[in-house]
Amino acid sequence: MTNLLLDAEQLYGELRSGVARLLSPDTVLVGIWSGGAWLAQRLNADLKTGRPVGTISSTLHRDDFGERGLGAVEATTSLPFEIDGARILLIDDVVASGRTIRAVVNELFDYGRPASVELAVLVDRGGRELPIAPAFAAAKLTLPATQRLSLARGTDGRFTFAVKETT
Amino acid sequence: MLARRNPQLNAHGELIHLLSIEGLPRAILTQILDTAGTFLSVNDRDVKKVPLLRGKSVFNLFFENSTRTRTTFEIAAKRLSADVINLDIAKSSASKGESLLDTIANLSAMHADMFVVRHSESGAPYLIARHCAPHVHVVNAGDGRHAHPTQGLLDMYTIRHYKKSFNELTVAIVGDIVHSRVARSDIHALTTLGVPEIRAVGPKTLVPGDLRDMGVRVCHDMREGVKDADVIIMLRLQNERMSGAMLPSAGEYFKSFGLTEDLLALARPDAIVMHPGPINRGVEIDSRVADGSHSVILPQVTFGIAVRMAVMSILAGNDA
Repeated sequence: MTNLLLDAEQLYGELRSGVARLLSPDTVLVGIWSGGAWLAQRLNADLKTGRPVGTISSTLHRDDFGERGLGAVEATTSLPFEIDGARILLIDDVVASGRTIRAVVNELFDYGRPASVELAVLVDRGGRELPIAPAFAAAKLTLPATQRLSLARGTDGRFTFAVKETT
Repeated sequence: MLARRNPQLNAHGELIHLLSIEGLPRAILTQILDTAGTFLSVNDRDVKKVPLLRGKSVFNLFFENSTRTRTTFEIAAKRLSADVINLDIAKSSASKGESLLDTIANLSAMHADMFVVRHSESGAPYLIARHCAPHVHVVNAGDGRHAHPTQGLLDMYTIRHYKKSFNELTVAIVGDIVHSRVARSDIHALTTLGVPEIRAVGPKTLVPGDLRDMGVRVCHDMREGVKDADVIIMLRLQNERMSGAMLPSAGEYFKSFGLTEDLLALARPDAIVMHPGPINRGVEIDSRVADGSHSVILPQVTFGIAVRMAVMSILAGNDA
């Protein structure tokens, strides 16, 4: 495991500025479990939106359920506001293939019909397999397919990135 | 001799069939209960459906009638987007003389992915699990006097929902324990999950002393049985026991073992009263208790759907 030259806290600052520009007065933030949920909670507090923040899980809509099974289900969706007509800004730590985004958009539509859905991420690592593009990415980089990038949150609430080799 | 693997688990220790709670590790029971919690929230959505079993065919094989259990399995499978086929076997092939395994072979040729089996013979779901194709999963929906694992699991979900933890509980199971597959599944599950005191309460004909071998405390006195209990699970008194001369009459039974408000007052103030249904008012339970503030009989039904969704989706995600 290497820590790479990716300063998660610095990127968070850029994400905060990017998200601030995307926010309209009625936008609600929805973080994708788990890394995106941490980010959305902190963004919601730092940007003082005054609105509740949502968490969304892709578990029940994943397209690789057949291969991966259900595994441990810790993630649950919590959307404490009306979805019909809402302007939603999805937040995630990393976007790659876009399959997680596809799954959470499906999950979102089970709760209602939002007016719009946008996406902001810390890192766009490329390798898209679906026509999905974030409205804002704090960093764009290319990583070998064997490396997995994941956000970690320390006990002090600070973010770090970890890269794991997968085989 | 090779050690025989639990037929419910694959080589990685993952659940591929649910036949009995007996022999399942605590981690698997906890995984099912945790997963059920996720599915409970599906009820809150506009679209009460998730696509985990899309394209899969679930066959409900009820060799013995049970409208309620069949319906909850059907709802659970449909909320997972499966195609559900209900076969009322009691009225079809079996009565024409087809063997159980021939029935299964025919249904497998129709590309079944999962069998939900209710059978009056103990062990029938095991036989099916042993002979079906490797990709097919079997769920026991009640076999003879042996097991009713999804009822046991939904009871555990209900207890955990109201009591949060199993570690300090006293659970009294009251009624016809010896003939009850629900009681058997509950006792195995409660033991695995670490409940320190499990009581089997009822007359000697229905609660014989050798139940102590299962690690339960046997009580033939209702007051002693429910005293300080956190959870009281009432079982349905099956009418055929009366005709079988194991009991004098429904009225006599109610006097000795029916749960009334006076008896319930002996339990803990926050005790919950459970029942797998259908209830016989005035036989094993007084209406005021069944409809009272301690009763969680109807939440059990709601939790049952989430638990069955959890079981089916976990099985479908695991390969043999």
